[in-house]
Amino acid sequence: MKKFLSRLYLAFIFILLYAPIAVLIIFSFNNSKTRAKWGGWTLKWYFAMFRDQAIMSALRNTLTIAVLSALISTLLGLTAAISLNAMKKNRRTVVLSALNIPMLNAEIVTGISLMLLFIAAGQLLSHMGLGVEFGFWTVLIGHITFNLPYTVLSILPKLRQINISTYEAALDLGASRFLAFRKVILPDIMPGVLSGFLLAFTLSLDDFVITHFVKGPGFDTLSTKIYTEVRKGIKPEMYALSTLIFASVLLLLLILNHLPGSEKKA
Amino acid sequence: MKKQKHVLLSGPYLFWTAAFIIIPLLMIVYYGLTDTSGAFTLSNIAQMGTPERLKALWLSLLLSLIATGICLVMAYPLALILTGTKVNATGFIVTIFIIPMWMNSLLRILAWQTLLERNGVINVALRFLHLPELRIINTPYAIALGMIYDFLPFMLLPIYNALEKIDQNVINAAYDLGANRFQTFWKVIFPLTVPGMISGITMVFVPALTTFVISDFLGGSKVLLIGNVIERQFTQVGDWNVGSGMSLVLMVFILISMAVMQHYDKSGGEQVVL
Repeated sequence: MKKFLSRLYLAFIFILLYAPIAVLIIFSFNNSKTRAKWGGWTLKWYFAMFRDQAIMSALRNTLTIAVLSALISTLLGLTAAISLNAMKKNRRTVVLSALNIPMLNAEIVTGISLMLLFIAAGQLLSHMGLGVEFGFWTVLIGHITFNLPYTVLSILPKLRQINISTYEAALDLGASRFLAFRKVILPDIMPGVLSGFLLAFTLSLDDFVITHFVKGPGFDTLSTKIYTEVRKGIKPEMYALSTLIFASVLLLLLILNHLPGSEKKA
Repeated sequence: MKKQKHVLLSGPYLFWTAAFIIIPLLMIVYYGLTDTSGAFTLSNIAQMGTPERLKALWLSLLLSLIATGICLVMAYPLALILTGTKVNATGFIVTIFIIPMWMNSLLRILAWQTLLERNGVINVALRFLHLPELRIINTPYAIALGMIYDFLPFMLLPIYNALEKIDQNVINAAYDLGANRFQTFWKVIFPLTVPGMISGITMVFVPALTTFVISDFLGGSKVLLIGNVIERQFTQVGDWNVGSGMSLVLMVFILISMAVMQHYDKSGGEQVVL
């Protein structure tokens, strides 16, 4: 009886979590242009989306921002973790708290604060004949900023488990500091670096709120495009594209988990 | 030499933290406490006092507290069931709850509109079963449902992690000393999961309190939350001083919840949700 109840509960939660996703996937195959009625199965939106300039440009922006922000925030996070690891405890707590602000703070506040910064920087630079244009670069900076705490917190615990003696042994045996880092430390912290990168990539891919405040007109990611489309109705192409992204990521995850010698945690 | 190297390494991220985390927050404080001419004023904060805005703030607090409570009540037994299953793959369980996040979050919330609509999927099914219809779309109930749906994993994962970490020997010791199942749970397991619960509560409460997307999509622009009021102040009204003043009020609530978390979290903030 108890087992049955817990199965039932699991099923309930599972339906709650996956029902919206099922709805979206089914709509991507809907032959009718509106959500309101079902017009039979079709694959046409999967072809139509590649011809839609606006959607393709939003996709390009989303992917470029996600890859670049994940890459830069992972590199920044790596340097941050290394120097935090060498810090005394009190100082580390202070710096870490500052770094963690974007993770704990409300997204709307982070978005607004960055928007105010860019506006003020624009005003300051205008005296020198320069300006800050809201678009690709402001969005990239925003994404790196909210990704940073996640990459640091993925890498730091791995770094703290490392036995520093192996690194010192490598130095004693004549390795340069860089070589010793690359050959001794990096392989040990690699799982943390990778999971930080993946986490940053996911967060960036899905972000709406911060992008909304720092993007400026004329620059769109998929999320901001969806938000502006809501009032006039979402194009079915959008469902198709999101389903395709969802399926690709799922596939990628499955492949990663089944690679020989891979950790069970992605 | 060693010192110098670390200074070189810490340069870029310390600059980043100062330039894009600390200074922007100070900008909100500056705009929030000054008028357009730059003179000190408290009127931006007092702007929060209009009946409409107070109503939005009150509703936000109410809905986010309700959503947090329901998430806690739903997630705790779920975490217990998941730790109880002998599937020895933490990765698998965690993945089940992370997979939905790969679908665009705006679309997922929008899908609830389709599910909850008057002629939506749920109502069609209810009619088919001759059950009463569900009329919650464009009401605060739909917003609360959206919050619970969107933030449930944030509550589940920290509690699950806390339960996972409990040493089985501690539980066995309680049984050996004559505690029954209920006593063991209440005196041993539950206290050990309090930090996980606290971290889950903040991870749900802050985003729920400050959301404007969920209320936009499921409240049908009839129900305003404080997030909507502030968002409009920036994107439609364009009054950054008043918007910043209201953000400051909002930040007070965020700071309170962070302080509560800091008080219970002994790991020094090195615990990540995922």
